[in-house]
Amino acid sequence: MRGLDTAYMLDLIPVIASYVPLTLFMAIVAMIAGLALAIVMAVIRVIRVPWLHRVVAVFISFFRGTPLLVQLFLFYFGLPQLVPALNNLDGVTAAIIGLTLHFSAYMAESIRGAIIGVDRSQWEAAQSIGMTQKQVLTRIILPQASRTAAPTLMNYFIDMIKGTSLAFTLGVTEMMGAAQKEASSTFLYPEAFLVVAVFYWIIVEVLSVGQRQLETRLGKAVSR
Amino acid sequence: MSCQIDIDGLVKRFGDNTVLNGIDLCLQPGERVAIIGPSGTGKSTLLRCLNYLDRPDEGRITVGDLTVDATTAQKSDILALRRRTGFVFQNYALFANKTARDNIMEGLTTVRGWSKSKAQARADEILSQIGLGDRGNSYPAAMSGGQQQRVGIGRAMALDADLLLFDEPTSALDPEWVGEVLDLIRRIADGRQTMLIVTHEMQFAREIADRIVFMEGGRIVEQGPPDQIFGNAQDDRTRAFLRRVG
Repeated sequence: MRGLDTAYMLDLIPVIASYVPLTLFMAIVAMIAGLALAIVMAVIRVIRVPWLHRVVAVFISFFRGTPLLVQLFLFYFGLPQLVPALNNLDGVTAAIIGLTLHFSAYMAESIRGAIIGVDRSQWEAAQSIGMTQKQVLTRIILPQASRTAAPTLMNYFIDMIKGTSLAFTLGVTEMMGAAQKEASSTFLYPEAFLVVAVFYWIIVEVLSVGQRQLETRLGKAVSR
Repeated sequence: MSCQIDIDGLVKRFGDNTVLNGIDLCLQPGERVAIIGPSGTGKSTLLRCLNYLDRPDEGRITVGDLTVDATTAQKSDILALRRRTGFVFQNYALFANKTARDNIMEGLTTVRGWSKSKAQARADEILSQIGLGDRGNSYPAAMSGGQQQRVGIGRAMALDADLLLFDEPTSALDPEWVGEVLDLIRRIADGRQTMLIVTHEMQFAREIADRIVFMEGGRIVEQGPPDQIFGNAQDDRTRAFLRRVG
């Protein structure tokens, strides 16, 4: 057994740190796009938009029913052979698309559950004052559902940040890819992967603090 | 005299169950009508149909110059009707994500397109009318049942509706809060607001209503001035009901 090469680990910190922005970029873009898609899909399912809600159900079933890695490979290596226009799809874009679609399926289901959880009387009260369906949803129902869904959505965001490490299998040099490259030239695998692990851990911990603050803020309306 | 509110042949079925079986009712401007009757006779359904929370299967509802026919009603007709009829719910149904003030303002800004400052001024006026001038920033969860229901009434008042509908407004309240809510409704009634109130508070109905409507089995059995209904009802079913509750 050997000890850890701490000097090397310290040297690695700035190297891995320089890839934090790319990891966050992929996660944040995929989160925003995925959330928007998830809200639309959840609403389509709740108000049962004719035939569209069936399309959404199949979409959700597929993206929840297959592994993220398989989906990423399908987008990056598979689709361009079928659709030549996608030949120029770079790894980062493919990863963002994959993360967006994959997590939107999960988020749509938790948002749908949260919408259904809002008491029926809230819909009726909003309708009774003459609001349109869109106003009812955006002004009354979704704000309340977001409070219920927030903890779960934050968990998906955390999963998504960690999921960006799979982009390295598409040839993207992000945090994980950088650690892998470093390790394969120095053969100091424990050091490289330990450093990258700590980086993910710190990012997730910082987010968890933000999550607690967000929940306190969203919980304002129900606390006495 | 012509009716301000004219309900004509209203029918509502839930599956095979006909809950409203041809309701005709005419309200004069400023008339206050209380609907009484046994549970499950369609009183609440009638109110909900007037606001299209339940869509009637047949019949016409006229409010002022607007007539909505159940067989042809479009979304726009339904919205127009709802903007002319305020609804007060048994369980208050305040918007849980909004303060008392925002609950009252919501219809003014979102539905009627008022500016925020104008709506806020009106909401503050209503808050003081309902005796909650100091609770504008409170969320529903932080208020008593009586306070919540007063905000619920304030929210309906804000619409300046031609017709206010009260669906058993005190039934969900702890006894200690019933008085303050009835007092508020009484004050609104004194302002000659046209209203239709479903209630189990017989004494209250007798006191504020110009007319009592007794419903049973999805039909109007008998109607008339309070003294006549409570003192000298003509129909056996009315008398039997009043004996049971009185």
